[in-house]
Amino acid sequence: MKHIKTIIGKEWAEVFKNRMVLFTMIFIPLIFTALPLVMLYFTGQGMDEMAAVTADVPAEFLAVCTAEMSGGECMQVFVVNQFLLMYMMMPVIIPVTIASYSIVGEKATHSLEPLLATPISTFELLAGKSLAAALPAIIVGWFSFGLFLLALPLINVSSIVIGYIAGPTWLLGILVAGPLMAIAAVNFAIFVSSRVNDPRVAEQISALLIVPILGLLFAQVAGLIVIDLLVMLSFIGGMVLVDIGMIYLGVSIFQREKILTRWK
Amino acid sequence: MIRTQALTKIFTMKKAADITAVQDLTLSVAEGEVFGFLGPNGAGKTTTVRMLTSLIGPTSGSAWVNGYQVGVDDQEIRRSVGILTESPGMYERLSAHKNLTIYANLYDVEDVEGQVGKYLRILGLWSRRDDPAGSFSKGMRQKLAIARALLHEPKILFLDEPTSGLDPEAARLVRSFIEELRGQGRTIFICTHNLNEADRLCDRIGIFSSRLIEIDTPENLRQKLYGRKVVFHLRHLDTDWLKPIQALKGVIEVSPVEQKLVVSMDDPEQLNPQIIKLLVQAGADIQFVGELRHSLEDVYLQTIRESDDKEVPA
Repeated sequence: MKHIKTIIGKEWAEVFKNRMVLFTMIFIPLIFTALPLVMLYFTGQGMDEMAAVTADVPAEFLAVCTAEMSGGECMQVFVVNQFLLMYMMMPVIIPVTIASYSIVGEKATHSLEPLLATPISTFELLAGKSLAAALPAIIVGWFSFGLFLLALPLINVSSIVIGYIAGPTWLLGILVAGPLMAIAAVNFAIFVSSRVNDPRVAEQISALLIVPILGLLFAQVAGLIVIDLLVMLSFIGGMVLVDIGMIYLGVSIFQREKILTRWK
Repeated sequence: MIRTQALTKIFTMKKAADITAVQDLTLSVAEGEVFGFLGPNGAGKTTTVRMLTSLIGPTSGSAWVNGYQVGVDDQEIRRSVGILTESPGMYERLSAHKNLTIYANLYDVEDVEGQVGKYLRILGLWSRRDDPAGSFSKGMRQKLAIARALLHEPKILFLDEPTSGLDPEAARLVRSFIEELRGQGRTIFICTHNLNEADRLCDRIGIFSSRLIEIDTPENLRQKLYGRKVVFHLRHLDTDWLKPIQALKGVIEVSPVEQKLVVSMDDPEQLNPQIIKLLVQAGADIQFVGELRHSLEDVYLQTIRESDDKEVPA
């Protein structure tokens, strides 16, 4: 545990001295928090028009609406639901830069060999690197969601809509699915980082992670899926399996020797 | 302390022929010994150090370090050795103090602050302890890397090119620090290209180029290749004086060089008085007498050359 803590402390000490990383960690959550607030504010200004629009929206789009919601509230829920995936994406986007640099970056600066010469185990090293990348993103994600919840009454969002956002689907998405996605993303990025020789290549390949999540977002916008509680629980179940697989793969594929001696 | 038996490392290449970096290396380094590992670039020195520090595994053969077997007790080996790698990278954005603290924790040092402070002071980095390692000169970084290798007080220290790229003053500082370490009874395994450094610091030397070509003390290596030679500087030289000297038991060769006589012999301490007596009796004016010492560089280059010649197919 001491070794894991040391690696986390080391990564944070290095990463947080980098202004670009700090900027990403502050800027992205602010954007992701402001966007749904702006949308809710403007849709809240014209609830009657929103209610009228609801009548033209296909029924499957509004599957998340309940009987107690007015037409306008139902539309607001439909609109804000698109941002749930963005919130879940946040812990994937933020740590990828840190994680993709973690192994290949150390290799490039020649600090990997002395690090691997210490009595640290592969599991400790990877756990430290993964947690160092994932934790800040998860915390930032939770914090911005908290901020979003606190801001909702200030822009006169109804208690029914707030109740939906603070309900099980969103909470599971933010508190459970997001972190699970972060763990998968970070492990994938570290896996890539330990297989390439150039930090830029690691970052570019790791960025591909965003593609399936965007796919999910577009599928929801197109009405192909509606993220309700059942979908969320299924997604979480799938992510648990993906995480277990990624962690197992990461530790078993991480070969100190190849990383140190691989030729280009 | 360090023992290898037919240690071999072959790197398998996908698109090229396999590379045998280390072949059948058998050697032993005793406790407290400073052992120099000399060889040309690409000879497999770093690969050997990596195997002995359990960073990479051997293809065949075996090795024991501090009683632990490579490939079996790797964690124990890493815990009990210190290593200065060929390119000792630091966490550039972090201070010298922070860099060492991280490693002290990874090596499970009990008194982290104490050890970090001790080595920062010993290596003259205390006043710069809060400066980022990235702002250090190459010499300072090398000292910081040496401090990092010593934090957990390892009994065995592997130093890969410890003075490479340093200016003479920094190199001297590092060398005198290694001499201090030797005084503490640590076993030191040095890979170096600096032959004067090896000559000065090492008890024994292994000349290596994928396989061990020679291993002995610097003095014995000289003797093996060149024998011992004494130069008698004379006011004038008469070739008649050569014969009686040649006739002395133990004298291998006598050759006149300008106004000097160069005598190869087994035991100068025994033979020099006899030769001086003969020369004086013959009427020679001896200006001074000195032993001709071949540099380790001569020994090294000659050994490598002979080894290459042997490998050239007839």
